[in-house]
Amino acid sequence: MNNRKWARMRADWQLYLLLLLPLAYVLVFHYAPMPSVQIAFRKYTSRDGIWGSAWVGLKYFKQFFASYQCAQVISNTLILSAGMILISFPIPIVFALMMNSFGAQRVKKVTQTIVTMPHFISVVVLVGMMNQIFHSRVGAYGVLMYALTGAYPENLFASPGNFRVMYIASGIWQSFGWGSIIYLAALSGVSPDLHESAQIDGASRFQRVLHVDLPCILPTIIIMLILRMGSVMSIGFEKVYLMQNSLNLSASEVISTYVYKVGLDASGSTNFSYSTAIGLFNSVINLAMVTTVNAIAGRLGETSLW
Amino acid sequence: MQATKIHRSRGDKIYYGICYAVVLLMTLAVLYPLVYIVSASFSSASAVNKGKVWLWPVDFSTYSYQYLLSYKTVWIGYANTLFYTVFGTAINVFVTMLCAYPLARKGLVGRGPITFLFTFTMLFNAGMIPNYILMRDLGLLNTRWALLLPGALSAYNMIVARTFLQNTIPEALLEASKLDGCTDIQYLWHVVLPLSKAVIAVITMYYAVGHWNSYFNAFLYLSERSLYPLQIFLRQILVESSFDTSDITDPDMLAQLQGLQELLKYSVIVVASAPLLCVYPFVQKYFVKGVMIGSVKG
Repeated sequence: MNNRKWARMRADWQLYLLLLLPLAYVLVFHYAPMPSVQIAFRKYTSRDGIWGSAWVGLKYFKQFFASYQCAQVISNTLILSAGMILISFPIPIVFALMMNSFGAQRVKKVTQTIVTMPHFISVVVLVGMMNQIFHSRVGAYGVLMYALTGAYPENLFASPGNFRVMYIASGIWQSFGWGSIIYLAALSGVSPDLHESAQIDGASRFQRVLHVDLPCILPTIIIMLILRMGSVMSIGFEKVYLMQNSLNLSASEVISTYVYKVGLDASGSTNFSYSTAIGLFNSVINLAMVTTVNAIAGRLGETSLW
Repeated sequence: MQATKIHRSRGDKIYYGICYAVVLLMTLAVLYPLVYIVSASFSSASAVNKGKVWLWPVDFSTYSYQYLLSYKTVWIGYANTLFYTVFGTAINVFVTMLCAYPLARKGLVGRGPITFLFTFTMLFNAGMIPNYILMRDLGLLNTRWALLLPGALSAYNMIVARTFLQNTIPEALLEASKLDGCTDIQYLWHVVLPLSKAVIAVITMYYAVGHWNSYFNAFLYLSERSLYPLQIFLRQILVESSFDTSDITDPDMLAQLQGLQELLKYSVIVVASAPLLCVYPFVQKYFVKGVMIGSVKG
C-alpha cells in the first residue's frame, strides 16, 4: 500500500514541482507570521524581538477586557454587522424574485448591469461619493433640503447614529445588485413545469413566487445566511476607518480600527503586544464562528466551505 | 368562471405593476448617485460651489478635467495603480493556476491536506501586527513588492479555478495525452490552459479589480509618496479634503485650486472609477460566471 503511494507520488513529481511556488508563498506570507501572535502573551520590545521578549501571560487580554473601549468596540462591531446582515440580507432576494418575473430578457440584462455596477467602486470612492452627495451645503442632499425647508441641514457625518445608518445604507447600495446574481442563477434553474402546473391549478403570479420560486431557492438562501452569520464579528477595516471622524467615534470605533490605532497609529506610543492580543481575540472568535456555521451548513447537506 | 379569470389576471397585473415599480425605483436609486457625480464633474466650479447641480450638468464645462490633466499628483497614482494592477494580476494568475491545476487532479497524494493548507488562510489570519512585522523583517516595507506579494494568491479564486478544472476538463483527455507520452507540465501547457480560458478570464478580472480598488496594503506598508497607488491619493483628496500641492509649480494653478476643490473631487471620482465601470458591461458575463462557479462548491 505504502509502496503504491510512493510510486504514485514519484510518477506525479511534476505536479509537486508546480505546487512548490504556491506552497512557498502560503508558508511565507500566511504561516510564517502565525508564530508572531505569541507576542500577545509577551511584552514585545523591538530590542528583544518576538522570541526574546518577556512573557506576561494574559496581561493584555485582561487589560483589554478591563478597558472602557472593550465593551464599546465589541458592541459597535456587533451592531454594525448584525444590522448589516438583518437589513441587507433580504433585499437581494426580494430583488431577484421580482426581477425574475420579468419576461423581457433585455430589460433584465440592462437592469442587472446597472445594479451590479456599484460593486466595482472602491471603498475610498464610495466614501468620497457619500461625502459629496450628502454634503450639507454643496451636495444634492443639502440642495434638496434647502429647497424643501429653506435652511441648510445639519452635517450628517457628525452624529454617531447617522454613521450606522449611512454605513448600512451605502453597503446596501453597493452590494444588493451583486448579491442578487446568485439568487437569479438559482431561479433560472427552477423548472418551468412547476410553474405550468401551478398555473393550471389557478395560482396567481404572486402565489407562484411564494409557493414555487421561493421554496426552490430556499436552500441557497439558507446557505448564504449561514455563511453571513459566520462573519458577524468581522467588520472590515477599510470603510469604517474612512467614514470615521472624531464626532462619530462612539459608534464607529470597531475592533479592527482599534487594533490599527493601538498597534500602528498611536503616534510614538504604539503597543504591538496589546494590539496583537485584541486582534487575536477577534480572529479566534471569527474562526470559531465560521467553523460552527460551516458545520451547520455541512449538516444541512447542501454545501460547505471545505 | 369568466369572473375569476378576470379577477386573477387583475391580481397579476397589480403584482407585475408593483414589481416593475420597485425594480425601477431601486435601479434609479443605484443610478442617481452615479449620474449626479458625472454631471457635477462636467459643471462649472461656481455651479458646484453654489449647490446648483442636482441632476444634469449646470454651465457645462470640461475645465475640471483640463485642470486634472496638469495635476501631476493624480497621475503619479494612476501610473502606480496601472503598474500594480498589471504586474500584480500577472503574478496572481500565474500562481493561482500553478496551484489550481495539481489540486484539481483527483489521484494526487496529499491533495486534501495541501488544499486545506490554502483554504485555512481564508479562516484564520495572523493579524495586522504579525503581518506588519513580517513585511518589516523581509524588508518589503516601502517597496513595490509590498503590494504585489502579500496577496499573490487568493484561496477563494484558487478554489474557483480548481472547481472549474475539475468540472470541465474530461479525465479522458489526461489518459489520452499520457498515452501519447505527454508529461504533466506539457499537459498543463498544451491542454489544460487552452481549455480554461474562461476561468482564467474570470480570475484575471477578479484580481485586477481587487488591485485597482485596494488601498489597505498601501496604507499600511507604504510611506513613500512616489509609490502610492491612486486610492491613497484619492483618500487624501476625497476623505481628508487635502490637495497635495507639492507637484504644482505653476502659481496660476495653485491660485485656482482653492475655488476648484469641490469640483475636482467629482472629476477625480470619475477618472478613478470610469475605467472599471466602462469595461464592466462588456465582460459582465465573466463576473457572473465567477459567482456561479464559486457557489457550486467553495
